[in-house]
Amino acid sequence: MVADPVALQAAADLFPNGVSRYAVGGLLVGLGTVVIYVGTGIPAGASTFLESTLSYVSGQSRFQQYVGSRDWRLVFTAGIVLGGLAFAATVQSGVVTSSLYEPGTTGQLYEVAGVTLWSTAVQPWRLFLGGILVGVGTRIGKGCTSGHGVCGVGSASKTSLVGVVTFLTVAIGTAQIVAALGVSP
Amino acid sequence: MSADRHPLFKPLVFAGGIVFGFGLGFSHMARPEVVLNFLQFEDLGLPFVMFGAAIVSGVAFALLPRIRDAAPLTGDPYERRLKPFDRNVLVGGAVFGVGWGLSGICPGAAYASLGTGNVTILWALAGMFLGAYVQGYWRSRAADTAPAPSGAD
Repeated sequence: MVADPVALQAAADLFPNGVSRYAVGGLLVGLGTVVIYVGTGIPAGASTFLESTLSYVSGQSRFQQYVGSRDWRLVFTAGIVLGGLAFAATVQSGVVTSSLYEPGTTGQLYEVAGVTLWSTAVQPWRLFLGGILVGVGTRIGKGCTSGHGVCGVGSASKTSLVGVVTFLTVAIGTAQIVAALGVSP
Repeated sequence: MSADRHPLFKPLVFAGGIVFGFGLGFSHMARPEVVLNFLQFEDLGLPFVMFGAAIVSGVAFALLPRIRDAAPLTGDPYERRLKPFDRNVLVGGAVFGVGWGLSGICPGAAYASLGTGNVTILWALAGMFLGAYVQGYWRSRAADTAPAPSGAD
């Protein structure tokens, strides 16, 4: 069998950065989840950190229910931030290279103390307004891309599958409208 | 969970978070542009991240309850992440979807993004805390006032 070059070209157009960086990154995200689950039995999601951390500064009953988990959620989030920095200090800085990693051309790279850091070109108003809606939506909807998308789907949870289909569909529609309105980046 | 946890509880959560965040950086999910490129059908790599991660976690969620009764650091039973379905899943999912589609940012990826040096992401984090606070404030008030007869405003 010889692969059809037309089909290969079509596939390459859909994946201009290949798929290996996505697949390898996803396996690591899953592995991080598994490390915590094996030791603690907790299927950790990232969005509850917002409410649990607010329990330090607000006495509202909605936040106080997370007092018991707020310390480890803070540790989990600190780990995620440090994991991002570890990526920046190694792969992003070019210290570690891999054929599985496709660098990418978005945003701006800058250097601090020999570490190549990266900053987005997406406008602050989009990040802020989108952030507010993400903050409201994940809390009403009981999860985010890691809680529903990774742990929930991994649990074959019907609730999470419906949640993922809902936010993926709406996000695609929103992004298409925003792009059609000429907002970029 | 009790207050006196195993001494390795937090170190393990920390280590898991580092691997999780490194993966988000490596997959470029910490870059809002790359998420937006997926949502605009210009680079369809994102599902490899979400479903790749879900497959890995799914294998552990399926196997561990058969191997052990309880997690070693907490004594908690291995359970799957099952949340009850109601209308909120659709409403919240839709609101989250608008935010995700507008900004390209979700909570875990935003924390990792900060680590990669993306200081601008603080706008998104500020927004998320504000949104979570408004939602929680509103829900707390609804819960606190629900049993009592409502007075005139």
